[in-house]
Amino acid sequence: MSLFRDPFDPAVRLTPSCPCGRHASQAEHDAQASLSQETLQDRAVDAAIMRALFPQDDLRRRFIRAVGAGTAMAAVSTLFPLAAAREAFAQGQGPLEKSKLKVGFIPITCATPIIMAHPMGFYARQGLDVEVVKTAGWALIRDKALSGEYDAAHMLSPMPLAISMGVGSNPVPWTMPAVENVNGQAITLAMRHKDRRDPRDWKGFKFAVPFDYSMHNYLLRYYLAEHGIDPDRDVQIRSVPPPEMVANLRAENIDGFLAPDPVNQRAVYDGVGFIHILSREIWDGHPCCAFAASRQFVTAMPNTYQALLKAIIQATAYARDPANRKEIAAAIATPNYLNQPVTVVEQVLTGTYADGLGNVRREPARIDFDPFPWQSFAVWIMTQMKRWGQIKGDVDYAKIASEVFLATDAVRLMKEAGLAPPEETSKPFTVMGKPFDPAQPQAYIESFPIRRT
Amino acid sequence: MHDRSRWRAWLLSLAILASALLVWHAATRGEGGQATVDAEYAALVGQAAAAGGQTPMPGPMEVGRQIWQHLQDPFYDRGPNDKGVGIQLAYSLGRVLIGYLAAALVAIPVGFLIGMSPTVHRALDPYIQVLKPISPLAWMPLALYTLRDAGVSAVFVIFICSVWPMLINTAFGVASVRQDWLNVARTLEVSRLRTAFYVVLPAAAPTIMTGMRISIGIAWLVIVAAEMLIGGTGIGYFVWNEWNNLSIANIISAILLIGMVGMLLDALLARLSRLVSYKE
Repeated sequence: MSLFRDPFDPAVRLTPSCPCGRHASQAEHDAQASLSQETLQDRAVDAAIMRALFPQDDLRRRFIRAVGAGTAMAAVSTLFPLAAAREAFAQGQGPLEKSKLKVGFIPITCATPIIMAHPMGFYARQGLDVEVVKTAGWALIRDKALSGEYDAAHMLSPMPLAISMGVGSNPVPWTMPAVENVNGQAITLAMRHKDRRDPRDWKGFKFAVPFDYSMHNYLLRYYLAEHGIDPDRDVQIRSVPPPEMVANLRAENIDGFLAPDPVNQRAVYDGVGFIHILSREIWDGHPCCAFAASRQFVTAMPNTYQALLKAIIQATAYARDPANRKEIAAAIATPNYLNQPVTVVEQVLTGTYADGLGNVRREPARIDFDPFPWQSFAVWIMTQMKRWGQIKGDVDYAKIASEVFLATDAVRLMKEAGLAPPEETSKPFTVMGKPFDPAQPQAYIESFPIRRT
Repeated sequence: MHDRSRWRAWLLSLAILASALLVWHAATRGEGGQATVDAEYAALVGQAAAAGGQTPMPGPMEVGRQIWQHLQDPFYDRGPNDKGVGIQLAYSLGRVLIGYLAAALVAIPVGFLIGMSPTVHRALDPYIQVLKPISPLAWMPLALYTLRDAGVSAVFVIFICSVWPMLINTAFGVASVRQDWLNVARTLEVSRLRTAFYVVLPAAAPTIMTGMRISIGIAWLVIVAAEMLIGGTGIGYFVWNEWNNLSIANIISAILLIGMVGMLLDALLARLSRLVSYKE
């Protein structure tokens, strides 16, 4: 992947010259593709050992040239048990408990890594045969995941917390090993409100969000409350499935929505609404959707879980590179996945978009992909659940956050995928200029004048 | 004379269709406005939005083109979420048939029992009266929760919605078999089982078939709604998927296809019921 090559190395080609983009030439790609998985794995082990024995590559080459490959291998084997090392490594990965998996998704761009991993072969590379199934709504995806019909699913990041705490469903221990995307949402208003851009004028508006337990709901409430609008008393917020939002906006049933893309861009594309602000203007770097699985799946099928997570994290790493975004947009806009015009998906992923008011905006950070499940994100989400009365009583924020947001696996697999995971699992951040300290959740809730506690 | 009135009916039908299409065409004709924005912006939005309007409702020509496209390749399969309209219809029909046959297997024997025994009738009546008016889709969450499989849940919903008309009609048909015929059977000392099969069943068959015809209509109505909820496959999912894409032309094509299939199912049952009907 060109993302992880040293751009200052003159020998490195940043533009890929093979279809998969990971090799310098077509010949190298073909040679590698023809090898079996085990051969590749053995090679990786051998290479690691040889690198350790000969820190200078030049020395290794001279040595092999001098004595021949066979003799070299025999010589190294006497010093170091190559065969045993290969075996140990192969065992470390372990056999997959289950290779045919079903993963549910909602057709929105937040699901990009989960979806693209299918057409672009990230699942297949881990030996998994994953069927990605389009699902009609968040409640259904939750129920299908709870019933075990899906092995893992695309969820909104507050959902695993809500499921684990038993809010809105029976309590089932749920986990969130990876965040899918950060940012990438927007507030869209109907065209007739294009001169009412100040939220203080929005009393009496009807808004739609995709689900009660969604970042969209919490961000919209936060945004309104910061402008002195009580989200429960001054406006109406309903939960509407994303596909129905544009139609409702067109029918004037709602005045606007805070929704995932491509819904916002689709409203612009059809001339129904305009993008008021992107969600990154509320909280830059907020998490949105997540890859989630039951704790039971994680513990009962550790190898399958690892392989699946590895595929997702590698896909996320690939999606992170802006250079790959157009290719991804073309791969996921088809009827099989998002079922949207390619330009709509492309505008979302590249951040060069029409805002609905006649301007072309360029915001490359419109959506980004970062798998790390910060535990402070979980704490913030729980403070908002409590602030709006979705959960009552005392909450052990840190404990639930660490049980649901599985940071340790993400750290290891991110390193393997060539990403740089952070040192810590919690970080402070600011939302609309107000700092959040994950160590002081209760004080944070009490600092808001508009709240339901 | 008879022939002429038939011709007139045909002409009238065609005239209604033609005028409906004309009105539709006139109502949806685009204004063809010029782009009011610069070229870069216009490339990023739909044609109508570039002209400052909203994407209009598709006209009959566009829908016709869309239907033609679907009919040309109805059985393609490009992965779990993108299948041809023929495959989707087949999935829906499969679900309807399984649910419907299961309902027939339960409803007809139970209906027989209720019709033949006033005691059973009185005992079961309150349950039937309470369960019958429940909207089949109200069962969906319960089915998903207990059966833990969306496909099976859809079949269950079909089962539960088609069981009542068959049950009630069978019971009614069996209970209203003419007493004379039963008396004749009794005088001839025919066994109860033989009476059921050789007297009651043929006598009640037209009423039972009417129940079955009502049921298949309801089942076909319900499957579209059920599949919109559960997703995955089926014509209902197809409608939902195109709704997701705001493709009204595709939705209209699907609506027409659903209507056609419903009509065929009804015609099939009507033909079957003609086979068992008799004149007294």
